[in-house]
Amino acid sequence: MDDELAISVRGLRKAYGDNVAVAGVDLDVRRGEVFALLGPNGAGKTTTVEILEGYRRRDAGEVTVLGADPAHPDAGWRSRVGIVLQGTGEFDELTVAEVIRHFSGFYPDADDPDKVIERVGLAGKAKARTHTLSGGQKRRLDVALGIIGRPELLFLDEPTTGFDPEARREFWELIRDLAAAGTTIVLTTHYLDEAESLADRVGVIAGGRLVEVAAPNRLGNRQEALATVSWRTPDGTPESAQSATPTALVAELAARYGGEVPGLTVTRPTLEDVYLTMIGHAR
Amino acid sequence: MTTTTKPATPVTATRGRRPGAGALALRQGRLEITQFLRSRESVVFTMGFPIIMILIFASIFGGTIGGGVKFTQYFITGMIATGLMTVSFQNLGIWIPIERDRGVLKRYRGTPMPKWVWFAGKVIMVVAIGIAETVLLLAVAVALFDLDLPGTAGKWFTFGWVAVLGVTACTLCGIAISSLARTARSGSAVVTPVALVLQFISGVFFVFTDLPTWMQQVAALFPLKWMCQGLRAVFLPESFGAQEPGGSFELGRVALVLAVWCVLGLVLCLTTFRWTTKRDG
Repeated sequence: MDDELAISVRGLRKAYGDNVAVAGVDLDVRRGEVFALLGPNGAGKTTTVEILEGYRRRDAGEVTVLGADPAHPDAGWRSRVGIVLQGTGEFDELTVAEVIRHFSGFYPDADDPDKVIERVGLAGKAKARTHTLSGGQKRRLDVALGIIGRPELLFLDEPTTGFDPEARREFWELIRDLAAAGTTIVLTTHYLDEAESLADRVGVIAGGRLVEVAAPNRLGNRQEALATVSWRTPDGTPESAQSATPTALVAELAARYGGEVPGLTVTRPTLEDVYLTMIGHAR
Repeated sequence: MTTTTKPATPVTATRGRRPGAGALALRQGRLEITQFLRSRESVVFTMGFPIIMILIFASIFGGTIGGGVKFTQYFITGMIATGLMTVSFQNLGIWIPIERDRGVLKRYRGTPMPKWVWFAGKVIMVVAIGIAETVLLLAVAVALFDLDLPGTAGKWFTFGWVAVLGVTACTLCGIAISSLARTARSGSAVVTPVALVLQFISGVFFVFTDLPTWMQQVAALFPLKWMCQGLRAVFLPESFGAQEPGGSFELGRVALVLAVWCVLGLVLCLTTFRWTTKRDG
């Protein structure tokens, strides 16, 4: 067992009847890393994550999470793992503060409930019954319950679904804070910008397989990909060329047009382009 | 970005603050009671129903059942038994599927909370609400309908053990039956008809011995009939035992049947309880 690894997965498989949800996933997540699992609905993200969280049993493969097999979670292991599930388990009749305080009692080294409420931006709602919260606020409560035990490893399953852009930015700050304090974070998301701005590495999962694992800016060899240079000819016709040496091409164009090149753009594939190509191939 | 591990610095750490096992159970019980009392439907349906029923019954049947004993003396037993069954069997059978469907149970499973603490919380809630409801029911019956409370310590003792065994059996069966409901909504569809039929055939709404014999025999398979019978030994004079189907209040058999249901309920709980819904793996 490697102490540097928070999560180690080899040959993970899980099927529901004839439907193979996870078809042989290998995955390592280092301690202190922010790892994003990206993939379309039904790709096997949630199944994979719920096996790592100790909720689901696997059919085959070796899985180690914080040095233990999550198929047999004990209280000590549970207290080191924080979980933010996709579906929210609601406590309609209780207030935000009551729920968070109650859950803090389950952990040996819990954080201060008031501090956590503040941290997730629910200070103004501490005394509100949870059923009066908006969707985004309920999600913040979920996050609060995920981090109240000061976990070493935090799972977040589509954490910012239902957030407005401002709330999403605030949430990203919170994740960066936690990561800076040494928390290992595994999140699944649909949002490419979220993966790109938070994750040290991104794993793209499609059809139950991990298609690629790389730093966001290296995914699909994005850095080495040909750049597309586009411009307009003097009569206004759009023109474009793919080039491994776009700077040289731009210099050449500048010389040809004697200065400004009309409508000039230089682009490389975005994360979204790369991602869509990948999950397209996997289908 | 760096991937080196920086240890979390426990600046405001509150180590070792986690309550002990007993305290955890009490906290869980208090949380359950708070949730129950704040849910208006639960309070009205669970606590109010038996009281409304005794008001109606005692008003309709104002007379005596013979030997100068008021009808109230008979019906209070059915109402107490029904109340105890409602707060345990129905309450849990309806609410646990809702909590399971909403993911509340799944969320608890993701914490280091020992499993038994959650069950203990439910039991504490059932016992507390059950006691409060029974006291309220007795108070209403004494104040409005001149109910005679048990006169001897022995009868109070019988009251105690019949209630404890009955509530235990019904609680375990309520937890067990909660696994039959596939969705939040179906809990009430599963539990309510069972409870209603049992109430009709077990002598809650009618004098038990007026029921057809086959119905009495079916009822004798289930706990509610025995809870009512045990409570009749508490609230009716000794001489009324002769009118029971068995020729006496058969307290030994009451204890035996209820204990068997406790064991059966426990086995069902241990073998069938689910923390997540079926679609949730």
